[in-house]
Amino acid sequence: MTRRSAGIGLLPALAALPLALAGCATAGGEERPAANRPAAAETAQVPYASTYTRYPGVPTALVGATVYDGAGGRIDNGIVLFADGEVVGIGGADLAVPAGYTRIDGTGKFVTPGVIDVHSHLGDYPTPSVDAHADGNEATDPTTPEVWAEHSVWPQDPGFARALANGGVTSLQILPGSANLMGGRSVTVKNVPSRTVQGMKFPGAPYSLKMACGENPKRVYGSRGRMPSTRMGNFAVNRETWIEAREYADGDREDRDLAMETLAGVLDGDILIQNHCYRADEMALVMDMAREFGYRVTAFHHAVESYKIADLLRDNGVCSAVWADWYGFKMEAYDAIPENAALIHNAGACVVIHSDDENGIQRLNQEAAKAQADGRRMGIDIPDEQVISWFTLNAARAMGIDEMTGSLQPGKMADVVLWNGDPLSVYTRPEMVWIDGALMYDYNDPRRRPISDFELGQPGAGDVK
Amino acid sequence: MTSRLSLFAGAVFALASSLATPANAQDVAITGATVALGDGSDPVENATVVVRGGRVTAAGSGVSVPAGMQAIDGTGMWVTPGLFASMTHLGLVDVDAVDESNDVYATGSPFGAALDVSPVINPMAQDFAYSRAGGVTRATVTPNAGSTIFAGQGALIDLGADYDAVRRPRAFQYVELGEGGARLAGGSRTSSHALFRNALREASAYGEDAELVGRSETRDMRTYDDLRIDPRLTGRAERDTDVLLSRFDAAALVPVVTGEQKLYIGVERASDILSAIALKDEFPRLDIVIVGAAEGWMVADRIAAAGVPVIAAGLRDLPVSFEQLAATQSNVGRMRDAGVEVAIGLYDSSGDHPRGLPQQAGNLVGLSRVPGATGLTWGEAFAAISSVPAHIAGLGETGGTLTPGALGDLVVWDGDPLETSSAPVRVFIDGVEQPLDNHQTRLRERYRTLDESQLPRGYEW
Repeated sequence: MTRRSAGIGLLPALAALPLALAGCATAGGEERPAANRPAAAETAQVPYASTYTRYPGVPTALVGATVYDGAGGRIDNGIVLFADGEVVGIGGADLAVPAGYTRIDGTGKFVTPGVIDVHSHLGDYPTPSVDAHADGNEATDPTTPEVWAEHSVWPQDPGFARALANGGVTSLQILPGSANLMGGRSVTVKNVPSRTVQGMKFPGAPYSLKMACGENPKRVYGSRGRMPSTRMGNFAVNRETWIEAREYADGDREDRDLAMETLAGVLDGDILIQNHCYRADEMALVMDMAREFGYRVTAFHHAVESYKIADLLRDNGVCSAVWADWYGFKMEAYDAIPENAALIHNAGACVVIHSDDENGIQRLNQEAAKAQADGRRMGIDIPDEQVISWFTLNAARAMGIDEMTGSLQPGKMADVVLWNGDPLSVYTRPEMVWIDGALMYDYNDPRRRPISDFELGQPGAGDVK
Repeated sequence: MTSRLSLFAGAVFALASSLATPANAQDVAITGATVALGDGSDPVENATVVVRGGRVTAAGSGVSVPAGMQAIDGTGMWVTPGLFASMTHLGLVDVDAVDESNDVYATGSPFGAALDVSPVINPMAQDFAYSRAGGVTRATVTPNAGSTIFAGQGALIDLGADYDAVRRPRAFQYVELGEGGARLAGGSRTSSHALFRNALREASAYGEDAELVGRSETRDMRTYDDLRIDPRLTGRAERDTDVLLSRFDAAALVPVVTGEQKLYIGVERASDILSAIALKDEFPRLDIVIVGAAEGWMVADRIAAAGVPVIAAGLRDLPVSFEQLAATQSNVGRMRDAGVEVAIGLYDSSGDHPRGLPQQAGNLVGLSRVPGATGLTWGEAFAAISSVPAHIAGLGETGGTLTPGALGDLVVWDGDPLETSSAPVRVFIDGVEQPLDNHQTRLRERYRTLDESQLPRGYEW
């Protein structure tokens, strides 16, 4: 997939250079480099293409902190180097800091990759949560693979800044809601303030299709006296739609059909599947359905019963995006247990901690810590450095952006959080957050904190939130 | 002195004996633990707590174990008063989205103020057991406003594993006067204020009406230290005209007007908070508690001057609605600094539960280290989920602390209780040790392994 190449290594950056010069976005008098801009040819082909370019940063050395690389590694008294938007080096105290780097003393502090939320509705269910803002569910047909979440996203949602400042969130996947069996395409964004959604779009991130099983689709449509009104109805509508999609995908695809283009993209392997699904028995059926039609489920979201089929999920290579301890709010969440994440991890399957919530996204690190502790109490001891991956690299993997971000590896995007303490402690906050090497949040600098247009001039604007 | 090993063994035993009737209050001492008194003070290391006859008799460093009393070695543990959760739905609901199991709202009810949660609270609901396992020992339970601005009457409960949960029925009346109340009142705040005033004036007149038509029955209803039920609620009474308030609702509001029953008012916006406080000018005997107060920090000095306590969420920082534009996590800390009595309560998302209160409180300790923000000290934060809400709920000085004479509600934790990695090891209510197992712990054990080679998991129980 060509889009994935953007932002990795030197060659794509050079290839994109002329385009960036032409665009010549500037900030603070410094030209915004184009390292992460998609290649020109690709931009022309992709509608609503990303116009995101990284903001200026200075070569930076974080020195003396405990470093979690996001991929399971831990370095005490470590050094992280980044410049020109990319991680340049990571190592112990003996790693040489090149001349010209700004040194930041991380003694007593911690460094992790930027936090990534695989399941957010920021922007398409923004605050204030008034009806006029309810843009997350095209709940007028059980299958709407033709809708794209990015066409609903309000970039001025104040929730983005809170996720940055309190949660250290640098990237997130915004999904349509779960009213529909097939809710539409997701959009993955960099968590930077922007006048347009294109200005946030994560360059090169693949699309996902949001699917939902269980109670929501059958309730929404059953209450209107139309199919599906049962779980078997859910499957029937899904299967009929996949049959149609296979015919379209195998045809010449010349007649544009927006719904079928999305589904064909799934069957081609270019579009991932993020499947809202709570119950173990239903997840097993969905994996069989995927096999029947030749696609893959990338991640089950809200998978509160994954612990019952952790072996099956491991064998199928499907991630579980879960909360730490949500339970009981609906029938299919009644068997949720706080040890879910630990049991999934212990079985060798992929765990992602997700939020689905404008508050929860501000504390993914704490949710992971809770899940870790509940595992420890039942005898499953998961080291901190592996737990960090639950909200960094594993999330990136489930979003198809793990070659670009999610861990502190040379050549990857410099999405970095400096925490003022152990990120798995309730007492810890992000102190500084960099996105592509640009300092986007600094709790010691009140100006280095975005305020959305909506909040400007309102009570509390600019206040610490 | 028992070993730390057997402390854990005790917890395991409690897990295994969930259905057993709790033993009577036991005299117990815990030594060598880090003890938080819950009164706002900092935790004390290497301290001892003594409980006799269901009450705390001593706590602190230098406290000795009375002769003959069995002591638990609390080395490495923390001991605190039980958590007090304000404004919960404990026992009112099994599954929120399953209407049949949900008694929180009564959207189709002809009644509002007369609604009373005390006869319907089910202590066997799983949320009870989950919350207890999280260290919550006492709570207030309230319905949500469904058909009128008056949600009805909340109760004060304990979370013991028995059927005697309700300790004070009709502990308070709850009214919504913010955006939600405006919608219920017909579409605007002006209507909710008119409805409110009409209701209280009707209640006032009704309360003074000594010559009721019809037969009134005066048999005693079940009481602890609760309000007597107005006999007109249990018997038959007629009025010529019930225009805007049924006689049930009017009777239920009499103790509100007279100040015998606390009135919890749900408001978020700064101007709404001031309007709520101003109601005391018209109805001087109102005993008000403000619930919500997302913008409380903007008028904190005036709330403090009015002597009105507040129950607020710890972590709201989004303009979820136009009445919460100024929401900030510094809200609780700033109100506290202004002298307002503030409890942390309220649960804003599906992930928030009463047992998540320590996480809210701990975050406010973390916030205190962010430049420009206002959080809480550790002692203040713990008090905000123990003694402060207990005091607001009417428990006086006996709830939510480990001071001599306090209720024998205590929790032994495996670490700092405000830290997300910590959990209760043992929970006592009125000196009675509580079972900590539940549906979740049984599922955890059933699915500890997935081996089905001998029998299906259904035989593992």
